[in-house]
Amino acid sequence: MDHLVRDIEKQYMKEDVPSFSVGDIVRVDFLIREGKNERVQPFVGQVIQFKGHGIRKTFTVRRIVQGEGVERTFPLHSPLVVNVAVQRGPNRTPRRAKLFFLRERSGRRAQL
Amino acid sequence: MTEIKFLLARKKGMTQFFREDGTVVPVTVLEAGPCTVTAVRTPERDGYSAVQIGFVPAKAKHVAKPQRVAFEKNGTQAFRVLREFRVPDASQYEVGTEFRADLFESGDVVDVTGRSKGRGFAGTIKAHGFSRGPESHGSMNVRAPGAIGQCADPARVFKGQRMARHFGNERRTVKNLVVEGVDPERGLLLVRGGVPGPPNGILQIRSAKTAPVK
Repeated sequence: MDHLVRDIEKQYMKEDVPSFSVGDIVRVDFLIREGKNERVQPFVGQVIQFKGHGIRKTFTVRRIVQGEGVERTFPLHSPLVVNVAVQRGPNRTPRRAKLFFLRERSGRRAQL
Repeated sequence: MTEIKFLLARKKGMTQFFREDGTVVPVTVLEAGPCTVTAVRTPERDGYSAVQIGFVPAKAKHVAKPQRVAFEKNGTQAFRVLREFRVPDASQYEVGTEFRADLFESGDVVDVTGRSKGRGFAGTIKAHGFSRGPESHGSMNVRAPGAIGQCADPARVFKGQRMARHFGNERRTVKNLVVEGVDPERGLLLVRGGVPGPPNGILQIRSAKTAPVK
């Protein structure tokens, strides 16, 4: 990519990107507008992947809701992603960048 | 009709940014200008009214002689790229005037013209958007064009039948793109949407001829 394009991207990127990594259990505060009201909807789960570069970087959070796996992908630099707080890290550092194998597992085996 | 703005630019690439409400705006970054007026065409002398501007400074020795002499005559430096823009009244422009990216401002609606990427001799799928045949179960009709006409009547193929052809490397204009941002220091324009041609391709930008009705 051209350096001019990268510079432009930088202007729009968040400067204080919260630091978290794959395997962390995080709480994502997502801004929701309902008509005139604004509220923050938290989404708690495990980060299973990062994807993309620069302003297009996204991350995917996976959690189990009522026995069903739910994944949400957030644009890291979106103004609607207000905050990402790490609740706790993995017990063992994951050895891969994408934790898709967790989808096949359940219960204790799905823990890192 | 407001004043017509025009400029030459280089395509630098695409990116995106977020609006306050979270919507994503896809933009193309253009390195626009600086451009210098190198000639003014008037109806009295040339039979039409236009302004010629130069972009990308060049050494005089790299410019063909007819252009080199023209540059020497009007005292401007030499340019690699020259383009003319039709204007209603060219007499209000003066040779040597410089235009920069700050000519445009956010919210302007522009047409962007350039040469599309060359795709060589392309089949009907790429060139005309035909559908493809099945790729398995023994099908041999994968990217074939299909039937091109009828039988005994009319017993010929109609003119204009779309077939494989040389595709791309053509002059293309994308109309009514919105300028989303201007960086006067670095001479950059952010235009919403895509523009023709490869990165570093030369583009012509002008105020939209048919601006959308608000």
